[in-house]
Amino acid sequence: MTARTRVVVTGLGTTNPLAGDAATTWDRMLAGESGVRPIEDPAFADLPVRIAGTAAVEPTDVLERVRARRLDRSSQFALIAAIEAWKDSGLDVAQQSGDLDGDRVGVAMASGIGGVQTLLSNYDAMLAKGPRRVSPLAVPMLMANAPAATISLEIGARAAVNTPVSACASGNEAIALAADQIRLGRADVVLAGGTEAAIHPLPVAAFANMMALSKNPGDPTTVSRPWDTGRDGFVLGEGAGALVLESLEHAEARGARIYAEVLGTGITADSHDIAQPDPAGKGGARAILRALADGDIDPADVAHVNAHATSTPQGDVAEALMLHATLGGHATDVVVTSTKSMTGHLLGGAGALEAVATILALHHRQSPPTINLDDLDPEVELDIATKPRDLPLGDIVGLNNSFGFGGANVAVAFGSI
Amino acid sequence: MSTEEIRAALADIVNEVAGVDADDVQLDKSFVDDLDVDSLSMVEVVVEAEEKFGVTIPDDQVKNLKTVGDAVAYIERASSAA
Repeated sequence: MTARTRVVVTGLGTTNPLAGDAATTWDRMLAGESGVRPIEDPAFADLPVRIAGTAAVEPTDVLERVRARRLDRSSQFALIAAIEAWKDSGLDVAQQSGDLDGDRVGVAMASGIGGVQTLLSNYDAMLAKGPRRVSPLAVPMLMANAPAATISLEIGARAAVNTPVSACASGNEAIALAADQIRLGRADVVLAGGTEAAIHPLPVAAFANMMALSKNPGDPTTVSRPWDTGRDGFVLGEGAGALVLESLEHAEARGARIYAEVLGTGITADSHDIAQPDPAGKGGARAILRALADGDIDPADVAHVNAHATSTPQGDVAEALMLHATLGGHATDVVVTSTKSMTGHLLGGAGALEAVATILALHHRQSPPTINLDDLDPEVELDIATKPRDLPLGDIVGLNNSFGFGGANVAVAFGSI
Repeated sequence: MSTEEIRAALADIVNEVAGVDADDVQLDKSFVDDLDVDSLSMVEVVVEAEEKFGVTIPDDQVKNLKTVGDAVAYIERASSAA
């Protein structure tokens, strides 16, 4: 059997509640800043939740006006993050000089919900002014694969252009799928990630009514508090994360800067409940075990976990159980963090933003902190970073977990370079 | 409204929808060939123009509006008939 194709990360990009690019996001994570703020829009006045992780940089301030008006906000975020990752990888130069074969370039850009703001604003226009006022661009703007297709147009990607949809696991699933595409020889390069733009009164009301969102009336920056005894739900965020994945051979041939290697991926389903996670975290544990087995990883080499931990009472405990079930006695040696404490929960964008954070943690050998963890839940026995923490030198593994409604579980293990 | 006033207002709509410089939206210009207004953007321009000028431009007429002058003439006729 020939050696398996190795997949590496050569570009990173993000726009999110902390910042409009990866480097500033990283600085603000290390500083323990929060991107959660009040929503001033009067349309939210009657809602039980009026805080969110709104994007730090308005996408319409970045994109050219006419281009932006033809894209749903979720596609705007995805495009901005993708362009940053693409330039970061240096492949933009190869693309422009004709040295990159677009037939060997794919996209896997996930969204949990799709263009919900376009859908709802067009419905509002139809009710107010009649069907003639529904935009002829509504369909290509609201379709779930619009972000992926927009990126395909931007970077000339003509291999598969995929949109995995698995709620809050979508972004991480896109990365796992992208790695598979490269391993199976279907592409040399895949731009992967996830995006979401669901801070609109209807999704906020829907998440609030299913008791998923925090209704904590305190300082917005303190409401997302994974593993703290005072947690009572997640804070909605928006934005996107993007990674350029590439075969090691392709990256080395062009002398690319390599951030990390995608060592292993695991995807499973709970088949337990449409919204609740399996309380023992069995499905998530199987995803982590698959990722470790896929990468032939010794649990003792796992030095860092960027947890899914969204600040919900059940989910945060279930994930702690998963880490004990999969890493055994080593579980308490791993530096664990939840960057959602700072960014809120980006739904389909979460796994991708957190992959960017995991990779930068390996690259800089530092774990970003979990903020607002004042009183650790006694059911959680983990070493959680509450300040930036150094990670060991040598070959280390960082694990990125994502779990979604529908019982979707995805774990991706990245290796340091 | 004079022909020039209609042209200028239409030019603002084309600029808003398609990003074309309003000064380039002259009577002899083709929407598709000269101004690069694609078919979906043309629908947006038509709907905006209907609201702006208080006229109706049926879908089956849109294909006949090849130039800015065609559109201005149609709007002039439709508004005088109204």
